[in-house]
Amino acid sequence: MTARQTEALPIRVSHVTKTYGSVHALDDVSLDVVSGEFLTLLGPSGSGKTTLLMVLAGFTRPDRGSLKFGDREVIRTPPHLRDVGMTFQNYALFPHMTVAGNVAYPLRLRNVPKAEITERVERALETVQLGGYGSRRIGQLSGGQRQRVALARSIVFEPRILLMDEPLSALDKKLRDQMQIELRHLHDKLGMTTVYVTHDQREALTMSDRIAVVNHGRIMQLATPRELYDRPANRFVADFIGDSTFLPVRRSGRGVAFGDMALTINGPVPEADNLLLMIRPERVTLVRDGQSVAPESNQFAATVREVVYQGDSYLLQSELVDGTLLTMRGAVRGANLSAMPTIGDRVTLNLAPDDAAVIDGSGC
Amino acid sequence: MAGTAIAELNADGLRRDARIERLKLFGLSSPALLLVLVILVLPVGWLFYLSFVGADGGFSLENYARMIEQKSYERIFTTTFEVSLLTTGLAILIGYPFAYFLSQLPGRLANLFMIAVLLPFWTSLLVRTYAWLVLLQREGLINKSAMAFGLWDEPVRMVHDMTGTLVGMVHIMLPFLILPVYGAMKSIDVDLVKAAANLGASPTRAFWTVFCPLTLPGLFAGALMVFILCLGFFVTPAVLGGGKVIMVSMKIVSNIQLFVNWGAASALGVVLLALTVAILWIASRFLNLTQIAGSGH
Repeated sequence: MTARQTEALPIRVSHVTKTYGSVHALDDVSLDVVSGEFLTLLGPSGSGKTTLLMVLAGFTRPDRGSLKFGDREVIRTPPHLRDVGMTFQNYALFPHMTVAGNVAYPLRLRNVPKAEITERVERALETVQLGGYGSRRIGQLSGGQRQRVALARSIVFEPRILLMDEPLSALDKKLRDQMQIELRHLHDKLGMTTVYVTHDQREALTMSDRIAVVNHGRIMQLATPRELYDRPANRFVADFIGDSTFLPVRRSGRGVAFGDMALTINGPVPEADNLLLMIRPERVTLVRDGQSVAPESNQFAATVREVVYQGDSYLLQSELVDGTLLTMRGAVRGANLSAMPTIGDRVTLNLAPDDAAVIDGSGC
Repeated sequence: MAGTAIAELNADGLRRDARIERLKLFGLSSPALLLVLVILVLPVGWLFYLSFVGADGGFSLENYARMIEQKSYERIFTTTFEVSLLTTGLAILIGYPFAYFLSQLPGRLANLFMIAVLLPFWTSLLVRTYAWLVLLQREGLINKSAMAFGLWDEPVRMVHDMTGTLVGMVHIMLPFLILPVYGAMKSIDVDLVKAAANLGASPTRAFWTVFCPLTLPGLFAGALMVFILCLGFFVTPAVLGGGKVIMVSMKIVSNIQLFVNWGAASALGVVLLALTVAILWIASRFLNLTQIAGSGH
């Protein structure tokens, strides 16, 4: 099947504010989504990410601000005239219609000729791998199939913008992992500008071109997955994306120091009073006896407090001299496995300069 | 040998447990079954029996034959259906928009308006019927105020006829329609209407293509309940109809009180019961009847 490449539209959100009583659901949010981009709004519940999506869809009226789809100002346009596709968290499929009825709904509203509706519905269902399911009732479908129908319904009228509100949260993990890749492929094929909401950081990292981390109604950082993970703007972002151990450090010469130990780092040191060294568990390695390490590496002496075998890897928690618990994730491979440390062992942990990131510790 | 022993492990004991459980279940429900027998099966059986007893005390079909032969009976059945249909129709016209209004209100206001529905529902039928008589009669509140404000000069006849009967019956039947419809409306996921809007439906289109179809089971359940209750209604048409609106129930009463003809009254009762069962049977082919009880909550 050949899907038509839709001409995508950029989205420009400027100074959008929405308050509920004294609570700022959105606090002067500005955001540019590039045409054809897959952008994810990531944040904990209550962060404002869903409110922002609802403003884009037209279901929440902000107090002030501007919203442009391409050159068109749409902040006061009612939802049914915005012409954006949307999938809902609970799919919101019409239970009184068949699968085909659901997918045909937006086309019928647009007075598309009958023959064309039939053809486009079948094409949309094929796109989501549900060809031939048209006559099924919604109640007969599994969660994953409903998700696909909802998707087909939201793309069948070829909207130039697609909004997705935690579309995979109701699926089990295996299916979710599979759908993440599928959704991303679909996006690449259809090419519409996509704004995706999730609270699942792994999902965001897997699918997005860029991620906007949202908290307290503000965008904490807007960056590519890689940047976000390796160079978080502040402690909140670092904490929310991935697991980390934070060590308080202070500026010392051109680098930083942890206690009286000078650290070698390759990244920039932010201009802030409160500095933290962010250590990702998988970037730390265990130095074995007799193993030589690069001389510029940072090495921490520690005592093992906890070892957890997790199948694909193991987690090691060890106590540093200042009492901080540092978490490390080790690969499980033959020799490694038999040599897994045990509680009480004294070990040396190695952190390469490229893997050490210093962040502003004052972020909320 | 050992395999068989394990396969049969505790099988007898478990079978016995299952049997005992079934007996217990039957034992526990027997008072209810007995009650149904005493207050439902026996009286209805007695009604059937009486309807086949003629004037001479022997078996006869004369009670049923009379219904076919006498023109007055035809009119009574026509009136009964006419009143029931009109009441149901008016209840839908008033009750559906009201239920919609109620379903869109925020919680506290909705509760307030719900009391307005439920309070009359819990008030005595007789009190409400006579209250309408007070309001609608020639020298009643409505006529007097209207004339005082100069809306009309002569008292308008509003009671002791079809109008009065319908006003009273619609008022009494409204909660039976509003409650299941309201229940159906409240159980609709608001995201469905949002989805319709997102897909391009104006509020009006979204209402007719998504919201309204999803309330139909509730509406059908409510309408069916109202219609069936209307078929056997007595007090309100008797008081507000002024003897001009004769329904089946009233004929039953007059057969007993005026003519002391138990056979004729029983036969009418049987026909009414049969009609009700027939309507329920037809309805059950389109609708899950437990919804009538369930969707109001």
